[in-house]
Amino acid sequence: MNSPFAASKPRPEFRNIHVSQILKYKLPPPGMVSIMHRVSGALLFLTLPLVLWLFDLSLTSEISYSRLADFSSHWLVKLVLVGLAWAFLHHLVAGVRYLMLDLHIGVEKAAARTSALGVYAISLPLALLAALKIFGVF
Amino acid sequence: MAASPSPAGIGSKRLVVGAHYGVGNFLLQRLTAVALTAFTLFLALRLVLGGQLGYDGWAALFVPLWMKIVTLVALLALFYHAWIGVRDIWMDYVKPTGIRLALQMLTVLWLVFCAVWSVQILWRV
Repeated sequence: MNSPFAASKPRPEFRNIHVSQILKYKLPPPGMVSIMHRVSGALLFLTLPLVLWLFDLSLTSEISYSRLADFSSHWLVKLVLVGLAWAFLHHLVAGVRYLMLDLHIGVEKAAARTSALGVYAISLPLALLAALKIFGVF
Repeated sequence: MAASPSPAGIGSKRLVVGAHYGVGNFLLQRLTAVALTAFTLFLALRLVLGGQLGYDGWAALFVPLWMKIVTLVALLALFYHAWIGVRDIWMDYVKPTGIRLALQMLTVLWLVFCAVWSVQILWRV
């Protein structure tokens, strides 16, 4: 063919990354906050039955309340609760950041990076506090 | 202005747009987020001020009718918020229409189930 493009190299294609590439793919802090917002949201959705069941136990009667205390004294349950606390706190703090972005506050690249790191600076210590409380440190 | 070519069967004056339910959902997701944040802060404040509650103190929080209603509204906001979020996840990752529709239907049914369950939990106290 006589097309002027015939000899040129194939244009690079940037497709969506595949699941197998996720671990090698390094996201900037705002991207990390974004995917964690989705992961934590999905986690909260999937654990809805557990949370509602615990809420039910906590309110129905003194007997069910003590059943809840027994159930949540197991370390594995505590670990799940810590995971839930983290998911909730991350989703909450990152969500407030998104509401700010919706109001066009901090949309510049540097500000968005700072606020993304700020999400971790707030949500992780709070999650740690929740973990210490759940494991009965205080 | 000359009439621009239009798709078959649609006049030139007619704007071809969607039903705007996407904008509605976008706004509702933010509105429910604000409501949930407010409820979280409110409940956290009450728990911190309440100190060690035990069963009696905890159950007493949910006895007044206004608290049942506020909590139910918060939970309904949560379920609607969850619907929009989970729907987005299905739309992003599940391409076959049949499977996606089935998952979306199960999500709706499950959230409605949770809503009814919430009423039962709150109104038993």
